[in-house]
Amino acid sequence: MITQGIEEKTFWLNLGPQHPSTHGVLRILLEMDGEYIASAEPVIGYGHRAHEHMAENRNYHQFLPNMGRVDYLHALAYNHGYCMAVEKLIGVVVPERAEYIRVITNELNRLTSHLLWFGAYLMDLGAFTPFLYCFDDREHILDLLDQVTGSRLTYCYYRFGGVPKDIDDDFIFGTRAFIKRLRSRWVDYHNLVTKNVIFIHRAKGVGIFTKEQCQLYGITGPSLRGSGIPYDIRKSEPYSAYPLFDFEIPIGENGDIYDRYIVRLQEMEQSCRIIEQALDKLPNGPIMAEKVPKRIKPAVGEVYQAVETARGEFGTYIVSNGDIKPYRIKLRVPSFGNLSLMVESFKDNLVADVVAILGSIDVVIPEIDR
Amino acid sequence: MDLLTHLGIEGVRMIVGLVAVIALVSVNALFLIWMERKVAAHMQLRPGPMEVGPHGAIQTVADAVKLMGKELITPEEVDRPIYYLAPIVVFLPVLLTFLVIPFSQTWIIKDMNVGIVLILAFSTLTVLAILMAGWASNNKYSVFGALRSVAQNIAYEIPLLVTVMSIILMVGSFKLTDIVAAQGRYWFILLQPLAFILYIICATAETNRTPFDLPEAESELVAGFHTEYSGMRFALFFLAEYTNMFIVSAVAAVLFLGGWRGPILPGVVWFLIKVYALIFLIMWFRWTFPRVRFDQLVTFAWKILIPLSFVNLLLTALALKIF
Repeated sequence: MITQGIEEKTFWLNLGPQHPSTHGVLRILLEMDGEYIASAEPVIGYGHRAHEHMAENRNYHQFLPNMGRVDYLHALAYNHGYCMAVEKLIGVVVPERAEYIRVITNELNRLTSHLLWFGAYLMDLGAFTPFLYCFDDREHILDLLDQVTGSRLTYCYYRFGGVPKDIDDDFIFGTRAFIKRLRSRWVDYHNLVTKNVIFIHRAKGVGIFTKEQCQLYGITGPSLRGSGIPYDIRKSEPYSAYPLFDFEIPIGENGDIYDRYIVRLQEMEQSCRIIEQALDKLPNGPIMAEKVPKRIKPAVGEVYQAVETARGEFGTYIVSNGDIKPYRIKLRVPSFGNLSLMVESFKDNLVADVVAILGSIDVVIPEIDR
Repeated sequence: MDLLTHLGIEGVRMIVGLVAVIALVSVNALFLIWMERKVAAHMQLRPGPMEVGPHGAIQTVADAVKLMGKELITPEEVDRPIYYLAPIVVFLPVLLTFLVIPFSQTWIIKDMNVGIVLILAFSTLTVLAILMAGWASNNKYSVFGALRSVAQNIAYEIPLLVTVMSIILMVGSFKLTDIVAAQGRYWFILLQPLAFILYIICATAETNRTPFDLPEAESELVAGFHTEYSGMRFALFFLAEYTNMFIVSAVAAVLFLGGWRGPILPGVVWFLIKVYALIFLIMWFRWTFPRVRFDQLVTFAWKILIPLSFVNLLLTALALKIF
């Protein structure tokens, strides 16, 4: 590929794997015509850890901590997806309170992911300061999640049948206070970033994904909703306690990076709404299902469970052959499809846009290199 | 003694002046880097350097010592003579511009009658050094940085010159001391507010600062034209950047803010207050704005700044004719 099909007027630029804005170890080969891009090819696999293969060599419990390390920014959604798939497989019903706690922590985790994206994205566009403001906000969530889950980043909090640790009044009070604080911060974010002329000029009309392209490449998550397709697993295939809450699916119009930005910001507000409702309605009761077997040995069968992560649809597909170890686990990760279309949209854009588009997709490379 | 008589009073003045300038440039850069880190930190809800000295005041001294101790890495495929020369070329013109900057009525090394022209001419030379560095590095990112820098500097030099011309028209002299003397009643920022805004925008672009820091855009070009430079060679680019910031702010202080004029305090103090206030403004930009895109940057210069600066020049000329 590298030596074929190059015309004399173009040359190759190697973006990554060590580059300040590839968000991990992504390498993109860019065929450049001056500062414009003629074609692009992503090279992935630098962070490959063979998670799916590891699953085949350990039992269901032992694989649980791996799920916090596939997409480290929204680890709880991965926990959730995997736990729900196994629960489906062994037929365990999760108590209501545990479902509520899962939704609350999951949405808090989504907020951390979006906040980190917001900061990192603006850093890609050359603005350093928002990054630290977001980290200030994010720090509060990390403290809250630290209280219940015991870790700050690679969470392993959900168990088959519920959650191991209940949330206390401290957590509830802290979460309410945080949401109030975050809402007051949005005024600053919108005044300083969304209304900034330079930002608008950088973001509008750049990196457009059409609806057809999105469907062709299997784009999911905010990148898809930015193009105007209201597809969100939490609504379209409701799971856990999500159907009990009132929230909206924000969508964009043009599918450019500005729309994806707006969609993510609005999603943060919706997450806040879900958390508030869940805290208001939080039922009493057990947090763990009774009769969850210590040694999980499901019957022969297959199961698929999809959840909505901060980046899109994450699906767990488990094939059991009746052993204590899964026969095969396939993880469907959103970033892979998103990355494929992103590379397509680089064409005829500038190097500066490559960085902007890459940031707008919010890829997590270890998720692709699972 | 013979040497002294040979040089004459002017010569001695030049030598003392140059030594003072080198000292000033070094101390100024150390201070500015510390100031930038502090300004950035406080805008970003963090304390910044705190460990070395009170409030990290001598942190940059420690950094400079570290940079001096670093190995000077020369990549294999570079164009050696040009690669070695570039850091020197970027730094020398910066030193020379200090010759004509009036720190106060008496604190000026040589009050030339072409003062402002000399400053603008020498500051243009920076582009040459950036082009040399980018080209000689034999790195695609460096070349990108260098090419961007040339396009950017040419685009922004024109409105800068035209804007300065409108001030020159009012004063009728290129001498910096004359320009300050002409601001006895009003500072020119009051008479020429548009010119001041244009000048600050162009000056930010000239010194490659955010939102116009495309030659070294970190998230796109890694480090732009100085990607392949390490140790003191890198430090010289850094030093030149901060000194350039001082120079454009000093020129702005002379042209628009009445130079050393001010009540009670001595002239030098007033001058430095004005210069550092302007530098703070430029730093403020950097920590607030995202970066513009390259094509937008050039379009902005050619389609908005240049016409505006000519309009300003025309209005100035008309006003001078009428009143």
